[in-house]
Amino acid sequence: MRCSRACLVALLLAFGFVLGCASARAESLDEAVAHFTTDDFSDTNDGINAVATSGSPRAEAIIRALQDGRLMFSAERKAVYIKDNADKLSDAATGAPVSGDPPADLDAVRLNNRLRGTLDASIGALTLLSSDPGKRFEAAQAVFKSRDVSALPALETALGREQDPRVKRALLEARAAITLSGTDATDQDKLAAIDVIRQRADQESLALLSSRSGDNSAAVATAAAAGVAAIQNRLALWEAVQNAWYGISLGSVLLLAAIGLAITFGVMGVINMAHGEMVMIGAYVTFVVQDLIRTNNPALFDYSLTIAIPLAFLVAGLIGILIERCIIRFLYGRPLETLLATWGLSLILQQAVRTMFGPTNREVGNPSWMSGAFDVGGITITYNRLWIICFALAVFVALLGLLRFTRFGLEMRAVTQNRPMAASMGIRTNRIDALTFGLGSGIAGMAGVALSQIDNVSPNLGQGYIIDSFMVVVFGGVGNLWGTLVGSFVLGIANKFLEPYAGAVLGKIAILVLIILFIQKRPRGMFALKGRAVEA
Amino acid sequence: MTRHVLIRSLDRSATIFLIVVAALAVVVPILNLAVPTTSAFHLSTYLVALFGKYLCYALLALSIDLIWGFCGILSLGHSAFFALGGYAMGMYLMRQIGTRGVYADPVLPDFMVFLNWKQLPAYWYGFQHFPYAVLMIVAVPGALAFVFGWFAFRSRVTGVYLSIITQALTYALMLGFFRNNFGFGGNNGLTDFKDILGFNVQAETTRNALFSVTCVALIVSFLACRGIVTSKFGKVLIAIRDAEARTRFLGYRVESYKLFVFTLSACMAGIAGALYVPQVGIINPGEFAPGNSIEAVIWVAVGGRGTLTGAALGAVLVNYAKTYFTSGILAPYWLFMLGGLFIGVTLLLPRGIIGTLHHWTGLRRDRLSAQAEAGVSPSSGPLDPQDQALAAE
Repeated sequence: MRCSRACLVALLLAFGFVLGCASARAESLDEAVAHFTTDDFSDTNDGINAVATSGSPRAEAIIRALQDGRLMFSAERKAVYIKDNADKLSDAATGAPVSGDPPADLDAVRLNNRLRGTLDASIGALTLLSSDPGKRFEAAQAVFKSRDVSALPALETALGREQDPRVKRALLEARAAITLSGTDATDQDKLAAIDVIRQRADQESLALLSSRSGDNSAAVATAAAAGVAAIQNRLALWEAVQNAWYGISLGSVLLLAAIGLAITFGVMGVINMAHGEMVMIGAYVTFVVQDLIRTNNPALFDYSLTIAIPLAFLVAGLIGILIERCIIRFLYGRPLETLLATWGLSLILQQAVRTMFGPTNREVGNPSWMSGAFDVGGITITYNRLWIICFALAVFVALLGLLRFTRFGLEMRAVTQNRPMAASMGIRTNRIDALTFGLGSGIAGMAGVALSQIDNVSPNLGQGYIIDSFMVVVFGGVGNLWGTLVGSFVLGIANKFLEPYAGAVLGKIAILVLIILFIQKRPRGMFALKGRAVEA
Repeated sequence: MTRHVLIRSLDRSATIFLIVVAALAVVVPILNLAVPTTSAFHLSTYLVALFGKYLCYALLALSIDLIWGFCGILSLGHSAFFALGGYAMGMYLMRQIGTRGVYADPVLPDFMVFLNWKQLPAYWYGFQHFPYAVLMIVAVPGALAFVFGWFAFRSRVTGVYLSIITQALTYALMLGFFRNNFGFGGNNGLTDFKDILGFNVQAETTRNALFSVTCVALIVSFLACRGIVTSKFGKVLIAIRDAEARTRFLGYRVESYKLFVFTLSACMAGIAGALYVPQVGIINPGEFAPGNSIEAVIWVAVGGRGTLTGAALGAVLVNYAKTYFTSGILAPYWLFMLGGLFIGVTLLLPRGIIGTLHHWTGLRRDRLSAQAEAGVSPSSGPLDPQDQALAAE
């Protein structure tokens, strides 16, 4: 893997050279490379150092080739070549492919253990001088962790030329870490180093500073102790931020799963136990879409979710309308029977999916724009979570708009608040019921598309969310989307904050118990619809 | 007085039910023990245990029918009480293993030795005594139901809200019991039982005895339920089912009625679970699964909600069907059938089997009496509680 990557780099660079950007650097590199032709260990050592400090973009390829035993030389022609995986030779200094027969006395440059050590160090130094800021940053981080004194000269050189402020910080931190770990630095230097490390504030720097809080010099020891305290505070803060972030992420998932339930429950008073299965169907729609894309047009893969979302909405929505027309409309006014019938339906849907797609997990991939992560301060944010939060909020806002500004929304709200009155005003409550149920199911289907990105797509997918979604709806209150929003985020965040103290399972139990107690206080949830209707 | 209650509480189907169960209690052990294995009438021990299991389910269904059929409380967490009773019995049986376990520890059950526990947790104390275990079988589910019900009914959590939080209750318990550090054997549960009251659990005679005891428990519970629902107290329960607010306005303390019947029902479920465990030989957290509770509710719906006999009949029928279909080539379709049963029963047979029979005989009686009294309209005749319930809805 590494070989092939190095080769790729080498080849790309070679093309660059072929295009005519050979420069003065190559000549100094030529001289450096010449050291390898003598087949003498000390000469090779000089060669490595010369190549490493040459600053040439070819340097890394040469060093890597040497490390992998692919650096060949010919004493006769005084030439050094890099052999790629296909045994093709290219000139080490220029990267130009070698045509014609290879020289007769071609041999690999030999290494011993001392040289391997030099090689490792020079690779570290090389990456510190690499032209890619990302690589330089990583190298600096590696030095920070290893605190290798031998990297100091390279570090200084790199610091001298560094332009990128982020990499510069990392380099400074690495240098400070080396200063602190060493014994011969002055107190002045050490205090300055502690200051730098303290800014970094992560677990590594915490460990480093704790190790220095017993320093012989009182000034250094106090500074280190103060640094430790400061870092601990910062870490605690970031942990809270991280918990909040995870909580928001979980809350957005709950919101997606519960929002459809809240609508159907709010409007019809129907507890749809098959709601989780609508989520599952949405996830399977995603699977089918991706499967079709893979076999027919792999280039479209990044758009698979964009295609799956409306499809999942339609499929789940249509199934929802079908369910409403065939089963639920006969059961209005009998909520407990509806609950049983929809439970039976969920069994059928699960088993149907199990028969069609098999009982095992199905592979649903992340499109490229949803994979990966980035850092903000002390936390890592993955793109898929971020997108799901955005998606959940978008769905929420869209639904809010639908309820507020469309005729359908108006009629739906009227039916929620007073069904007989709405009916007498000429609203076709049957039609509203069917459409509402379809809408709720469709949203569940879209939730399934999102969940397919972070959860296993199996026939049991919906089961895992159904009780949580009920809790959200019960907690948030019925007939009010804001209740669902607040409910899901409160539950998500509370869950994540309880987890570190109580463990995942006990945290969940605690939440359930808290909700049960909360229901005692407000039996209709946080945002209950206020009205004068006597409960039936 | 007692005789009066007894006579009042027995209508024709109740009498038939009692006779059938009592006959089973006698005939099944005879067919198993006295009839030679070669005879066509011989009943295998496997079937005895299987029927015993059905009867435990029937008892559970009875407890659900008492609160759902007569008081309108749909609990989706009754398997929690069932499993708690089962765990209490399981703890007694575990303590009876003694040194015969794999690790031969005289006090600690195997799983605790395996988890490197040094001493018995305090809540396991006393379970080596059968009377204490019996007390716990009734007291633990009862206490949980009492506390839960006290909170829920006092703040007037009703209908689907109650159903959902009962479901959350059993779900939370399931998550808890799955954990090893709860001290109930984690996801393996309690199993590998040896003795009950000094008799080998696996022995044929013990199995038959357990079967007969289950029959007796079913009969006693059935009589208790009949006694309750046909008394004045039962009339108030039905009133709560059909119009809770109105009953409250009439001056009845609805919460107290509900709490009493809910707790009683939980105790019955606990007994059912306790009888279930020695016959099945294992109790694990899977019994807490919310799906089990909902399945138990459908037994009641199939047999006939608010009929008591129907609940027991439904439990046996559905479970027999389950055994029959899940063991044959139709196994992959069982969930379709079960799901279809849920939908079909709620849509097409809302009264359940026994309820529909009652309804038909009621209609015929009405017609006959209407003919006899010529001129009185049939609808003014006495309706059974089922019809009133449906009319109210």
